[in-house]
Amino acid sequence: MIAIIDYGMGNLRSVEKGFLKVGADVRVTSRAQDLNDADGVVLPGVGAFKDCMQELNNLDLTDAVVENIKKGKPYLGICLGLQVLFSESVEFGTCSGLDIFRGRVVKFEFGIRGRGIQDSELSNLKIPQMGWNQLNIKNDGPLFMGIPDKSYFYFVHSFYVAPEDSTIIAATTDYGVEFTSAVCRDNVYAVQFHPEKSQTLGLQLLKNFRDIVKDSRQELWQCLFPDS
Amino acid sequence: MLAKRIIPCLDVKDGRVVKGVNFQNLTDAGDPVENAKFYDEQGADELVFLDITASHEKRRTILDVVARTADDVFMPLTVGGGIKTLDDIRDLLKAGCDKVSINTTAVRTPYFIKEASERFGSQCIVVAVDAKRVIPGMTFEPDSPWLDWLSDSGLSGTRLQVPSNGAPVWALSTHGGRKMRRLDAIRFAKKMEELGAGEILLTSMDRDGTKDGYDIALTRKIAEAVSIPVVASGGVGTLEHMREGLVEGKADAALAASIFHYREYSVRETKEYLKSKGVPVRL
Repeated sequence: MIAIIDYGMGNLRSVEKGFLKVGADVRVTSRAQDLNDADGVVLPGVGAFKDCMQELNNLDLTDAVVENIKKGKPYLGICLGLQVLFSESVEFGTCSGLDIFRGRVVKFEFGIRGRGIQDSELSNLKIPQMGWNQLNIKNDGPLFMGIPDKSYFYFVHSFYVAPEDSTIIAATTDYGVEFTSAVCRDNVYAVQFHPEKSQTLGLQLLKNFRDIVKDSRQELWQCLFPDS
Repeated sequence: MLAKRIIPCLDVKDGRVVKGVNFQNLTDAGDPVENAKFYDEQGADELVFLDITASHEKRRTILDVVARTADDVFMPLTVGGGIKTLDDIRDLLKAGCDKVSINTTAVRTPYFIKEASERFGSQCIVVAVDAKRVIPGMTFEPDSPWLDWLSDSGLSGTRLQVPSNGAPVWALSTHGGRKMRRLDAIRFAKKMEELGAGEILLTSMDRDGTKDGYDIALTRKIAEAVSIPVVASGGVGTLEHMREGLVEGKADAALAASIFHYREYSVRETKEYLKSKGVPVRL
């Protein structure tokens, strides 16, 4: 079972329905026990970084998320679920994140409100970035199986992650700057875009995560019962 | 590169698509979900449901439409029409909608936009700005109660001022174009951005339904005045109109209802045309 964390923000229904569409067994939950019981964990979300961290703390889910990640359980972060993996965000004052990855969450600095932007190309860019943009796939891992380089996915965000360790970058996207649009390391996968809103290729990505969860469950089973 | 978005809009009344016509490829032409699937297959970038249900009792039918659509169609959905409270927004988001488009309530109580964007995030709050070019002799809603209201609501800076040099100016319209307000549409759009709107859905009420093309001067003025995305709407009759809105009008997305609804052009055809003209689209 894949647990989808419900912390009271955003449109969870589409994430749930997307996983159901690709035949995954999912449970939308705000209980730590369900996270512990699950074979994989999904943290979706839109909204503000601070609210997300606050809600996770209020629901006593912060430790459960971190522990399950450290135990090696497959994790998929979507949008805010990517951002909260990092050390801190500068959205509405500095706020600490889960610190799974070293790095910061920073704002796009351009558009007509950007400081000292002379370049007209950049000053025309809108914030939030809202719409379909392409991935430059850097790490051809299991999450991007069947997803060609330069594929379009749906983005809605004003902030992006700046990892200290560039080896975790799985994909980048160009929007004024070349920013990190997906990361992966071991069992942790996270994307800035919304697979649940990205039509066929989005569903493919959810299916890939379903398969990652399935494989890791089989591995675990073989570890526990090598003769079975 | 971020693609320019092509957005079909469906008018929904009492849970059914209005402008009922018999289409090929649709088993039920009046079913919003069937229509949504049809546009999804053609590669539409987003969908807008404009709920024009008049009776209060039937207002919840749109929630069922959204939920059924979100079960099958994995693309961004926006709902506009009749949104008055934070609970209305919450219910729509829970049903599977991604953005709500707010018109009359944004004019009546502008701070609602601030509350809504703080609660749900700017990314899901679209303000629908309906604008009409000011012409001599235009009648506006009575001014007197509005003056107090203007200063109370923080909209005083958006009061309409008609320049003496005859330069075009656009006033804000509400109630589907039936009422004109003494508010400057461009300043109003900026004010909405300041209050936390994440996108402007701009409709020229002069062009809406004419098939004469978007009001390019208006679209460009608003697109240059705000730093949030602008969706152009009202007046599309040809594919060239789409290109004009996105290139000359500098809009981030182009919305159209009837040319898609009556199958005059498909979404794919539209995108192929735009691509051939050098407009970045997702194909």
